[in-house]
Amino acid sequence: MTYFLDLFMSGLTRGSIYALIALGYTMVYGIIALINFAHGEIYMIGAFTALLASLVLSSLGLTGWGLLFSVAAIAAIYSAMYGWTVERIAYRPLRGASRLAPLISAIGMSFFLQNYVQLAQTPNFMLFPDLIPQMPFLKPVAGYLNRTQVMILLFTIVSMVALTFYIKYTKMGMAMRAVAQDITMARLSGVNIDRVISTTFIIGSVLAALGGVLIGCSMRQIYFHMGFLAGMKAFTAAVLGGIGSIPGAVIGALILGFAESFAAGYISSSYRDVVAFIILIIILIFRPEGIMGQAQTQKV
Amino acid sequence: MTAATDRPQSAAKTESSDLILSALGMSMVFGGLVALNNVDLSIERDSITALIGPNGSGKTTFFNCVTGIYKPTRGDVILYPAIDLPSISLKGKPADVITHQGLARTFQNIRLFNNLTVLENVLIGRHTRMKAGLWGALTRNKKTRQEEAEAIEFSFELLVTYGLDSMANELAKNLPYGDQRRLEIVRALATEPKVLLLDEPAAGLNISETSALRDLISNIRENEKVSILLIEHDMSLVMTVSKKIYVFDYGRLIAQGPPDEIQRDPKVIKAYLGED
Repeated sequence: MTYFLDLFMSGLTRGSIYALIALGYTMVYGIIALINFAHGEIYMIGAFTALLASLVLSSLGLTGWGLLFSVAAIAAIYSAMYGWTVERIAYRPLRGASRLAPLISAIGMSFFLQNYVQLAQTPNFMLFPDLIPQMPFLKPVAGYLNRTQVMILLFTIVSMVALTFYIKYTKMGMAMRAVAQDITMARLSGVNIDRVISTTFIIGSVLAALGGVLIGCSMRQIYFHMGFLAGMKAFTAAVLGGIGSIPGAVIGALILGFAESFAAGYISSSYRDVVAFIILIIILIFRPEGIMGQAQTQKV
Repeated sequence: MTAATDRPQSAAKTESSDLILSALGMSMVFGGLVALNNVDLSIERDSITALIGPNGSGKTTFFNCVTGIYKPTRGDVILYPAIDLPSISLKGKPADVITHQGLARTFQNIRLFNNLTVLENVLIGRHTRMKAGLWGALTRNKKTRQEEAEAIEFSFELLVTYGLDSMANELAKNLPYGDQRRLEIVRALATEPKVLLLDEPAAGLNISETSALRDLISNIRENEKVSILLIEHDMSLVMTVSKKIYVFDYGRLIAQGPPDEIQRDPKVIKAYLGED
């Protein structure tokens, strides 16, 4: 039972990180039908920014919760600037071009950012500081739940709730839903779609950066290529849940997280990715639009 | 000479003070197909103008050129926002800017945001009249909240005026067809347009719905200080509501004038019925 709970918790936290990244993929796809392959790199940049910020801030004497939250905020803001810039220089000029063009541009951006970080920060694994303060109140459940997992779940839940409210109740959230449904009509109703798209990239980047900070705290090491596999997994999660659907991305990410964790625990850790992708294949055979996705009827 | 300096853009054309919008020499070419050929069309302030013509004569293409969906190959669109304000060229502007300047339209095939509620559809129309940007959205300061509350109030009042308030929280896709048409028009009105362009609003409506639409259009004209340009095939509707009619055929303007003149115009009859 303890073993099961262990695997369950690790699946839940793994799934939460995937969900934070997958939301960026699914929101961007929902709005401009672009698979933003550079998104995994934003997550990586979030982790590196957090590393640098934590070194500077802790040398200035900041510790504990203050350090954690200011590092997370700096990583989020800095990555959001990257996300915004990537959209501005790599995708916006290609708006209206064939769908392949921005896709290639996204792949190029991904290589560029990876290599840039490799050159700037060396290709080595870098030690990530333990930013999460001790939580004495966790003593009774110490066997099942550690402070890193608590923090990951907390960040994820708060971000999801905030995002849901943002999309449902604010002017910009409503505009996002309108643009996702009919971009021309949104424009004709007076919505500035460039601003909506920029905001989508900013929100996606903030979430990915938080994911990067959390994975750093959890794995205690980061490196320039970490965004690739994480990005692929999160993209898988988004497709699994139905790309374009926000609750779908969260559900898909959790399924993927649990599948990987249980496969690694009960079969073998080398089968982890195999099981994850078998699930993806099965779902795509029987429900190609994904779990929460809506089948698209092509209009003539 | 003095007249020319008073109204430089249109002094040669016509009395601009009576006009709200004019399209000058509009042409749209798709590859080798000339969809619109050098069309001049003007809309008088506070009037209902109709645009008719056989299928494929370029009416919707004209709408698309004016509202910024297409970039016209040649020609200009000039808006005269008010008598004492300078005129604005809308040529080549993106659709959201044109909407902001005061043009709003509806579509032949209804294009609502199906998965948004009725009220939210109208709120999207308010977007262009709201100022709060990213900063306001992030901080949710007092000004932003007040602005959003005002937008909801404005939109709900529009729904009340046009009889859709009882369905405000329904998803747009669940509305009956006639109400969807009406909602599309209300959403366009939410942008506070100076010119409202309606593309076949009576398409698919039955006789009683068409008659309700006629009342709706007349009501809008009276309540909203808006000039209307209407594409329509329902001749009884066109002839009763419009002050001036333009007739297109094969992308050209073949006739213009008041309804009784148009009904007798041999070129119009020929375009619709063919020759013996």
